[in-house]
Amino acid sequence: MTEAIEKRDEFDVEIKGTVGKPFADDPKFESRNVDVFYGDKQAIFDVNLDIAKNEIVAMIGPSGCGKSTYLRCLNRMNDTIPICRVTGHIKLDGEDIYDKHQDPVLLRARVGMVFQKANPFPKSIYDNVAYGARLHGLTSNKTELDDLVEKSLIRAGLFKEVKDDLHKPGTGLSGGQQQRLCIARTIAVDPEVILMDEPTSALDPIATALIEELMIELSAKYTIAIVTHSMQQAARVSNRTAYFHLGKLVEVNDTDSVFTNPEHQLTENYITGRFG
Amino acid sequence: MPIKFLLITLLALLLFGYFIGRKRSLALKANNGGAKKTLHSLPKYYGFLVSLWAGIPALIILLLWTAFDTTIITSMTVSQLPEQTQQLSQDELGLLMNEIINLSQADKISDVSANDAKMLIKQTAANNFARFSHISNLAKTVLVLVMALMGLLLGLRYIRAETRARNYVETAIKLTMMGCASIAILTTFGIIFSVLLESLQFFKAVPITEFLFGTTWSPQTAIRPDQVGSSGSFGALPLFVGTLLIAFIAMLVAVPLGLMSAIYLSEYASQKVRTVVKPILEILAGIPTVVYGFFAALTVAPVIRDMGESMGFHPASESALAAGLVMGVMIIPFVSSLSDDVLSAVPQAMRDGSYGMGATKSETIKKVVIPAALPGIVAGILLAASRAIGETMIVVMAAGLAAKMTVNPMEAVTTVTVQIVTLLTGDQEFDSPKTLAAFALGLGLFMVTLILNVISLHVVRKYREQYE
Ligand SMILES: Nc1ncnc2c1ncn2[C@@H]1O[C@H](COP(=O)(O)OP(=O)(O)O)[C@@H](O)[C@H]1O
Ligand SMILES: [Mg+2]
Repeated sequence: MTEAIEKRDEFDVEIKGTVGKPFADDPKFESRNVDVFYGDKQAIFDVNLDIAKNEIVAMIGPSGCGKSTYLRCLNRMNDTIPICRVTGHIKLDGEDIYDKHQDPVLLRARVGMVFQKANPFPKSIYDNVAYGARLHGLTSNKTELDDLVEKSLIRAGLFKEVKDDLHKPGTGLSGGQQQRLCIARTIAVDPEVILMDEPTSALDPIATALIEELMIELSAKYTIAIVTHSMQQAARVSNRTAYFHLGKLVEVNDTDSVFTNPEHQLTENYITGRFG
Repeated sequence: MPIKFLLITLLALLLFGYFIGRKRSLALKANNGGAKKTLHSLPKYYGFLVSLWAGIPALIILLLWTAFDTTIITSMTVSQLPEQTQQLSQDELGLLMNEIINLSQADKISDVSANDAKMLIKQTAANNFARFSHISNLAKTVLVLVMALMGLLLGLRYIRAETRARNYVETAIKLTMMGCASIAILTTFGIIFSVLLESLQFFKAVPITEFLFGTTWSPQTAIRPDQVGSSGSFGALPLFVGTLLIAFIAMLVAVPLGLMSAIYLSEYASQKVRTVVKPILEILAGIPTVVYGFFAALTVAPVIRDMGESMGFHPASESALAAGLVMGVMIIPFVSSLSDDVLSAVPQAMRDGSYGMGATKSETIKKVVIPAALPGIVAGILLAASRAIGETMIVVMAAGLAAKMTVNPMEAVTTVTVQIVTLLTGDQEFDSPKTLAAFALGLGLFMVTLILNVISLHVVRKYREQYE
């Protein structure tokens, strides 16, 4: 533990605030002075970042630098970890989501999440997609629900493959199909933001390409934040890229300039493969 | 040679075989200049191989011989008996042979001074029996030892560089494991078979329809033919109804309580609470059933009677309710412990997925966690049900012995297991319908648990297919 802290101190000299363009004119999410602790251990240090409406922000950085932890702050998934504590302010459409009056359950319907490992429920494909709608009473009868399920599967690019098997278990699909099922399930509740935590890290290149295409399509309607290990993926899909290092947000900028002309030495080291 | 010396000699031979096998293979290697790849296997495997060769055939012969020698010697002795003695009925002959065998094992055998003819016959037969036994024993010893030695020599011839001793030993180990597994299975089948046979005997005396659908259970039959008494009535329906009634009450207690505690433990309780509470809950299953029995009879039953009376019923002092409630408490851990394990085994990713959709904790539990864990939960419940159906002690003490056909939980009832106990305790004639009825009841009970198991297998398989 002391070793980790020493390392951090070493970099404290270098990381003085975030360089680049962390703020946006038309923000969906505004994070200010966000710190996250697991017990006594601090995992995120003073992150300030805006995510604009309908943009795709990619978060990159070495393993364990806190990308997932930060992403999980945005829909308060960290609440499910008892030892996890979040301080600072995160606003969604100008309202602090960590305010006492906010209900994390309702928040998660507005801010959907797709996980690293596809995690369809042990139910049929249909029931997987209908899960959120049933939970929140989004439809009033069977036809409406059928429509919603079909529409969501179409938008997730999965409908053609499964239209005859809607009542087969979702867990029987291939990895890439399962991940698209999870995306369909997420967009079925019509969220405003979709958070994706390494959604393609367990998939083959073809399935990955399908999902990347899907992300770009979805960004017309949704705001998307994606954590990725693949710099190519960040370069292909995102508008802006944020580089995290040991719990600190080092640099945020338009994706092109991050990859062609990084401002910070640490960012350059990472994207040129000197560590990570 | 007595059997134990034979076994010790055999063991010594096996050890000797092991060491000589090992030594031979080492010598083989040395002959080859100690080259590393001379032998296919390590020397110890050649040792084992020789041991196996020496041991297995000898042991098989020993087993077979021991299994059949008494039968053969007996029939040989019988064939030496005078003609008219051999004409005796099966039962009488059996009795006679028993006497003869006892006589042959008595200290002094050849006391031929007995002058009465019958005694003379017996004495001669006993002498014959002893002589045959002696010969058989000698032959057995010689044969077994010769087999062992021959096996050993044969095994030694197999010590060659290319012999795959390691693989042979592997096969022998596998076969041994299979043998153990089949012993367990064969024993089960043996028990079922004997219960089935005795039940068939019973159904010769009492028609199966009467047994299954008769509503009167009073198994008192006359013990001696000259005795006046009832001829017995063997309608087992009240017993099965009583069993199911009590088991049902027990499940009404155990399933909700067990399931809820499992959910609390796996989903809500902190790790600290869990490590304390779970073992305490499991203690419930470890309390002797006798203790539960008198708790039910002395504490719970009176309370139920008093409560019933204050509400205007006139309940019996022993009741199905008292037994069922206490039994339910006893089997809570069967439900809770197993369910807790399967609930905890549901991956966190599944819960995260549900929370991420905006589900609350209880919604997540109800819609995702429990369905995912259902096969295990069902298995736990059925285990508890089999336990409830087989339970005896609590019922004897708290529910009574009256075989009344009722589903009123306030009345005294009795169960299958309790009746089996009462049928078989005390002095009994072994082939009276009364005694045989116990086997039929046992068979019925076995059928019920079998059906439960089949159902549980079916449920588990169905959901497996769907969810994995
Ligand atoms: N549930 C947890 N409990 C304790 N520490 C955690 C937990 N999750 C993550 N961490 C710690 O927080 C840091 C950041 O982890 P994470 O956000 O998962 O990194 P990334 O997603 O960038 O690989 C790591 O040091 C990790 O050990
Ligand atoms: Mg991560």
